[in-house]
Amino acid sequence: MLGFAGRRLLYLVPVLIAVTLLTFLIAALLPGDLAIALLADEATPEKVAALRHEMGFDEPLAWQYLHWLGSALAGDFGRSFRTGEMVLSAILQRLPVTLELMLFAQLIALAIGVPLGILCAVRNGGAFDRLMTAIAFGKLSLPAYMLAIVLIYVFSVRLKLLPATGYVPLNEDIVGNLRSFVLPAVTLGFGEWPVLMRVLRSDMIATLQEDYIAMARAKGLRPWRILLVHALKPSSLTLVTVTGIGIGRLIGGAVLVETIFALPGIGRLLIGAINARDFAIMQGVVLFVATGFVLVNFVVDVLYGVLDPRIRHGRS
Amino acid sequence: MPARRGRLIFWLAVGWIVVVGSAAIAADWLPLASPSDMDLLARRAGPSADHWLGADALGRDILSRLVFGARISLTVGLVAPLLGLVIGGTLGMLAGYFRGLFETLVVGGIDVLLAFPPLVLALAITTYLGQSVLNITITLGVLSIPALTRVARAATLTFAEREFVTAARALGASHGRILMRELLPNIALPLIAFFLLAVAVIIVVEGALSFLGLGVPPPAPSWGGMIAEGRDSLDTAPSIAFLPASTMFLTVLAFNMVGDRLRALTDPRPGAS
Amino acid sequence: MTGPALLAVEQLSVDLPTPRGRLRAVDEVDLELAAGHTLGIVGESGCGKTMLSRAILQLAPRRARLSGRVLFDGRDLTRLDAEALRRLRGRSIAVVFQDPMTSLNPVLTIGRQISETMREHLAIDGSAAARRAVELLAEAGIPAPEQRLRQYPHQLSGGMRQRVAIAIALSCEPRLLIADEPTTALDVTIQAQILDLLARERQRRDMAMILITHDLGIVAGRTDEVAVMYAGRIVERAPTARLFKAMRMPYTEALLAAIPKLDAPPHTPLPAISGRPPDPTRPFPGCAFALRCRCCAERCAEQKPALTPADAYRHQYACWHPINPIGA
Repeated sequence: MLGFAGRRLLYLVPVLIAVTLLTFLIAALLPGDLAIALLADEATPEKVAALRHEMGFDEPLAWQYLHWLGSALAGDFGRSFRTGEMVLSAILQRLPVTLELMLFAQLIALAIGVPLGILCAVRNGGAFDRLMTAIAFGKLSLPAYMLAIVLIYVFSVRLKLLPATGYVPLNEDIVGNLRSFVLPAVTLGFGEWPVLMRVLRSDMIATLQEDYIAMARAKGLRPWRILLVHALKPSSLTLVTVTGIGIGRLIGGAVLVETIFALPGIGRLLIGAINARDFAIMQGVVLFVATGFVLVNFVVDVLYGVLDPRIRHGRS
Repeated sequence: MPARRGRLIFWLAVGWIVVVGSAAIAADWLPLASPSDMDLLARRAGPSADHWLGADALGRDILSRLVFGARISLTVGLVAPLLGLVIGGTLGMLAGYFRGLFETLVVGGIDVLLAFPPLVLALAITTYLGQSVLNITITLGVLSIPALTRVARAATLTFAEREFVTAARALGASHGRILMRELLPNIALPLIAFFLLAVAVIIVVEGALSFLGLGVPPPAPSWGGMIAEGRDSLDTAPSIAFLPASTMFLTVLAFNMVGDRLRALTDPRPGAS
Repeated sequence: MTGPALLAVEQLSVDLPTPRGRLRAVDEVDLELAAGHTLGIVGESGCGKTMLSRAILQLAPRRARLSGRVLFDGRDLTRLDAEALRRLRGRSIAVVFQDPMTSLNPVLTIGRQISETMREHLAIDGSAAARRAVELLAEAGIPAPEQRLRQYPHQLSGGMRQRVAIAIALSCEPRLLIADEPTTALDVTIQAQILDLLARERQRRDMAMILITHDLGIVAGRTDEVAVMYAGRIVERAPTARLFKAMRMPYTEALLAAIPKLDAPPHTPLPAISGRPPDPTRPFPGCAFALRCRCCAERCAEQKPALTPADAYRHQYACWHPINPIGA
């Protein structure tokens, strides 16, 4: 088990290095001079040169990268030019909100996608299956911001049930906190369930045709047990992978959803930083997010081995 | 889906794309109000003789903004994935054909690019590069390279081992000939199918960027921007947001359908459509 | 018949809709099996023997249409509801499939797969089921049975896996065991061991057994009665000894001749049956074997022969020109 995880870990390191390199290069190779843009009206050649020297821009590129990376590993992502706060603390402060949003969204997506996927696989080819496939297909064309508008219109404007914006911290009011997450989580999770449903459906259709399912029926086992134990477990592999990949989409979607619903998470931090051209925060957030994403994929890979004993024991 | 009903819907989708596309191309010659003219008397007005689909919060004609917005969406939506198709398709085909170290590098590079959540990366790049149609197109084009490379490589791998390729090699055909004459025609169809699906995705992403105010700079109208603006008027005039939303939805749906139908044609697995 | 029939199949037919037309996989099959007896069903691939075994259990594919009756212990299985059938399966009737690599679930432990049948049908708890599972594995000839409980199918060899499948099948003391080509997927050296295991367990438990195979040699000495199937129909049936002594159908003779013999001189060509089974979607008016039969005459191609009524030896066959018995 450890050997398997260890091997995946080795693959992880070069990818992480490449990610940091890419993040750094995006900033370093920007056209136009950052120092000039920052100084704006006050820009004089001496001030520009002084600022560039202070920010380390006149050093060789490789040195800049290593310096930046070294600080980042020590936890120093730099400082926000606007507020002066440390980038890392700004990120960590807002991280719980984003995580809570992503968690709820993923739960909603699973709660809808998994049962539907199983039902469609069992009634493969029937009217319900076709209807669900059509709905899932249509849902693919409905991006988060559109759905958000519809949900806000229905639940906030018309029915006045849920808040359109605003965030209530968890320690203040649990119900308020959950209420403020309902619409955002549904918006975000709704983008994911069609994919989950379709993937689980095709995988289960294939699994249900296997001999061991016929064997389970010949043993006289209850239909629910056959479905959930014999059929779902082999199919859960792909489910785990798709969920893992979906987390990347969730992160991107979280950026949008947080902005729409005014939730103080990392996504909103990023957008704010972009609008204010606060590059330190931008870089920090992108690096943080990308690293998190890579790590999530790593965990998914390892989970893969846990769920399918054949892979764990080294057979292909 | 019963075959005849599926066919009808398919051609409806194609028809919609043609209508929207033609309107976008012919926008300047159509009898439309200017998209930036503010008719302050008609703010949030419903449909009327002057404004066929009504006006938005600043009195601008919605129909004309939809048509001019289509220009942006379709331009970015078609050119960006085209970039991905040309570069990604070539990379994928070469990787799948030559295998070896080149393939490993390509696959590794794709993995790194895919390590970034796409929207976040798009935001980061457009911020650094500045907002313009060109920059957005290039950025989204680059982002679509990984997916198209994968498709091209997978398709090439299935074909490269087949007899007709081996036969061509036995006849002494050069690599270039084999790639252009034997492989390319065969992987063209799955690539085009995926290209259309990519168009749908790119339109959505461009819409997201515009929605956040980080897409094409104002005053150029874009569907995403219109949806964002319409958000403030949801209680009084919801159609300001719903009209651009529906238009985008139908367009994206149309591209998804056509792309999916083509993909189903190329996929021999049962139940793949 | 000596004793009441445990299993009686009457005019069982299975039709499958295919794009090319209706396919009759099983054609009006009659079978009888008394408790404690063994019936061998022999036929080449595609003759419908597997479909027959599935149809008996009412486990045919969803789109198949069954007609006829299957009486088990006096109850007509074709009329039973799903729940009643479910309680019967695994408990009173058990199956061993052909390929244990695919019939065992790869992601569940061996112990789980044995215990779940027992926990379903016999009201025992987990630890009792585990103890019984160890006993069953030991009886099936598997060394170190306690350790096997936590192992997965892919960690065992082919022969071991089939022993596990047999242990699973026997776990609830079924009255009837259907073994569908139990040794086909195994090494020749293991085949005899598995067949011996089946025979031994059958005798111990006084269980009825249906042994399905394409190899006539396997049924010799291990069955009480043999039915030969071709193109979905039973074409010859007799007590085993009688069949081998005095087979009437040329097809049966050809089947026997196709078995390689140890005492034949080296490089003796193996007499294969030329031609292929007929296309089941195109009904042929005559005998299905006609075009491949060495005794074929005009009548064979025009009229389908029916099974003769049982003679004094309880021997039935469906042939217009039965061959003379080899020896008397």
